[in-house]
Amino acid sequence: MTQTISKTPPSKTPAPVTDERVAKRNPLQKLLGRPEVGALVGAIVLFVFFASVSQTFIQPNAFATVLYGSSTIGIMAVGVSLLMIGGEFDLSTGVAVISSALTASMFSWYFATNVWIGVILALMVSLAIGFINGWILMKTKLPSFIVTLASFLMLTGLNLGLTRLIGGSVSSPSISAMDGFGSARAVFASSVTIGGVDVKITVFIWFALVAVASWVLLRTKVGNWIFAVGGDANAARAVGVPVKATKIGLFMAVGFCGWILGMHNLFAFDTVQSGEGIGNEFLYIIAAVIGGCLLTGGYGSAVGGAIGAFIFGMANKGIVYAQWNPDWFKFFLGLMLLLATIVNLIVKRRAELK
Amino acid sequence: MTKFSWRKAALVASVVPMLALSACSSTGGKAPDAAGGAAGGQVVSTPKLKIALITHAAPGDTFWDIVRKGAEEASAKDNVELLYTSDPEGGRQAQLIEQAIDQKVDGIAVTLAKPDALKDALKKATDAGIPVVSLNAGESVSAQLGAFTHFGSNEKLAGTAVGDKLRSEGLSHPICVIQEQGHVGLEARCAGVKEKLPATEILYVAGTDMTQVSSTVTAKLQATADADSIVGLGAPFTLTILKAVNAAGSKAKVASFDMNAELAQKIADGEILFTVDQQPWLQGYGAIDAIWQNKRGGFEIGGGQPVLTGPSIVDKAAAADALKFAKEGIR
Repeated sequence: MTQTISKTPPSKTPAPVTDERVAKRNPLQKLLGRPEVGALVGAIVLFVFFASVSQTFIQPNAFATVLYGSSTIGIMAVGVSLLMIGGEFDLSTGVAVISSALTASMFSWYFATNVWIGVILALMVSLAIGFINGWILMKTKLPSFIVTLASFLMLTGLNLGLTRLIGGSVSSPSISAMDGFGSARAVFASSVTIGGVDVKITVFIWFALVAVASWVLLRTKVGNWIFAVGGDANAARAVGVPVKATKIGLFMAVGFCGWILGMHNLFAFDTVQSGEGIGNEFLYIIAAVIGGCLLTGGYGSAVGGAIGAFIFGMANKGIVYAQWNPDWFKFFLGLMLLLATIVNLIVKRRAELK
Repeated sequence: MTKFSWRKAALVASVVPMLALSACSSTGGKAPDAAGGAAGGQVVSTPKLKIALITHAAPGDTFWDIVRKGAEEASAKDNVELLYTSDPEGGRQAQLIEQAIDQKVDGIAVTLAKPDALKDALKKATDAGIPVVSLNAGESVSAQLGAFTHFGSNEKLAGTAVGDKLRSEGLSHPICVIQEQGHVGLEARCAGVKEKLPATEILYVAGTDMTQVSSTVTAKLQATADADSIVGLGAPFTLTILKAVNAAGSKAKVASFDMNAELAQKIADGEILFTVDQQPWLQGYGAIDAIWQNKRGGFEIGGGQPVLTGPSIVDKAAAADALKFAKEGIR
C-alpha cells in the first residue's frame, strides 16, 4: 500500500522530545497492522504452491485466465468490501447481477431499441435496487441480513417470473444481432492484447474500481464516513456523519458494481439464464472476509477484497491447471476462509499490542 | 374541465412514435407476433382430467420449458387440466406429490431424479389408485416405484452415442464439461463418452455463473493442449464453451447435449459439430398422453419397458429442420 506511506521522508536532524502518542511506528509493524496482510500472505503461499505443482499456471496466458476468473468475483468484492466496512452486508448481490443483465436484455429486446438504452435502464434499476435495500434498512432498522435476504428472494422470483412473462422462456433471447451490441460488447466484454496475451477487459475494470475505492476510503471525507458508520453508527451520527446517506450510498455502490458485472455477463454470452447467480453472493462476501473485512464493520480495505478475489481465482483455476480432483475444491475454499480469517485476527492483535 | 386540444393530440401522436423509432434497433429484438399458434388440434370429447406434472427442475432451466410445452400441448388436445410444479430438492418434490394426491388428481407424471425420497409418496399415490408415469430421470427404478411406464432417454446411452459420433469424426481426446458437481445424470453422460473414448477428461464448472464456466474452460484448454474436442452437457453451457474455445484460439471441436435455437443455428453454421437431443418435448407430451390413454381404455404403453425419446443426433445435415422447431421452443 503506497498510499499509507507518508510522503515526506523522516528528517535527519535529531528530533526534539516527542509525544509518545504521535511516535512513529516502525514500517513493518505498520504493514502488519493493515487489514489485507493475512490475505496477502495467503495469496503468496497459494501462488508459489500452484506455480510449483503446475507448469501451465505461471504461463502468461494461464495467468490472464486466472485474473479473469478473479475479476468477475473481484468487481463485486469491491462494492461488497466497502459495504462491509460500512457495517452492513448484502445477500442479494448474486441475483442482482442477473437482474441487471436481464433488465438490459429484455427491455432492448422487447421494445427493439438500441441496446444502450437497455444498458442505461439497467444501471438505473441496479442503483434503485441498492437504494431500496439501503432505504428499507435505514427506515426499519432491521439487520441487513434480513432485508437483503428478502430482496434476494424477491429478485430471484422477479428474474424468473418476468423473464418468462416477457420472453416466453426462462432464458433471455439473444440480442447479439441488435444495434449497439458491438459497441457495448467492446466496453463490457472485450479483450486487450498485451504482449501476445489476451487480457479480458473486466480485469482492467476491476483494477480501476479497486483504485477508486481505495482512494475514496483512504483519502476522502466519504472514506472516513464509511469507517465511522461501520465502527459505531451512533457515535458517527453524534459527530455529524450523515449515516443514512452513507449507508444508502454504499448499497448503491454495490448496485453499480453489480451493473458492471451484469453487463459483462450479458455482452459476453449474448443471453442470460434467469436462474443464474444464486449462491454467488457468498463468494463476494468470502472474498471480502478473506481480504480482512470484519463482519462487524469498521475495518477492512478495498485492496483486501481484491486479494480475496484473487485467492479465489487462483484456487479455482489452479485446481484445473494442476489436474486435481475438483471434489475437494469447496473444502479447500472453506479451509482457506477459516485460515485467512484466523491469520488476520492474530496478526491484527499482535500488531495492535506492540 | 379543459377543452380537448386536437393540435396537442396530433403533436403527441406524431412525436411519440418518432421518439420511439429514433431509438429502434434495425435488427434483432422481439419479432411481431405470428398470427395464431399452431399448437394442438381438435380437443377430444373425453371428460376433463386433472393431471399433475411434478419435476425436479431447478427454476430457470430452459430444458424444462420444452418438457412443459410438450405436456401443455398434450393437455390441450386431451382435455386435461395440467398442474405443473417442480422442486429440485427430493424431500420437497415428495411433498408436491402428496399435495397432488390431496388435490385428487387423475394421474401423476413425475421425474425420478431422487427416487429414494419419492418412494413413500409414490406408494401413497398408487395405493390411492392414481396412475403414475415417470419421465426424464429414473428409468431403472420406474417400475419398482409403481410407474406403469417411463418416457426418457438413457443418459449413459446418449453418452456412448456422443462417444461413437466423436470417434467417427476422428476425435479421441474430449473434455466433458459437467456444470453441476454430483449430478448423477450428468456423470452418466460423461461416463458414456468415456466408455467409448477412454482418454476423455472430465471438467467441473459452476453452472450458476457463466463467467466462471468460461474462465474455467479456458484454463482447462490451456492446461490440456492435446485435447481435440470439448463436450458441453447443456445448450447454454455449450454456447459459452464455444465462445471460450474461440477466444482461446483453441482448435478443439465442440459438441453438445440437448438443444435450443441458438445451438441449432451454430450447428447449421458448422461451428458446433453436433448435439445429442433427448427430445424433451416428447417426454412431456408422452407422459401426459400415456395417462390419458390409460384413463381412456386402461392402456399401458411400453410393455413394461421404458419408452425411449432419444438419443437423437442432430448434426449439420439435420440442423435446419431442428432449428425451425427450436425457434418455436419445442426442440
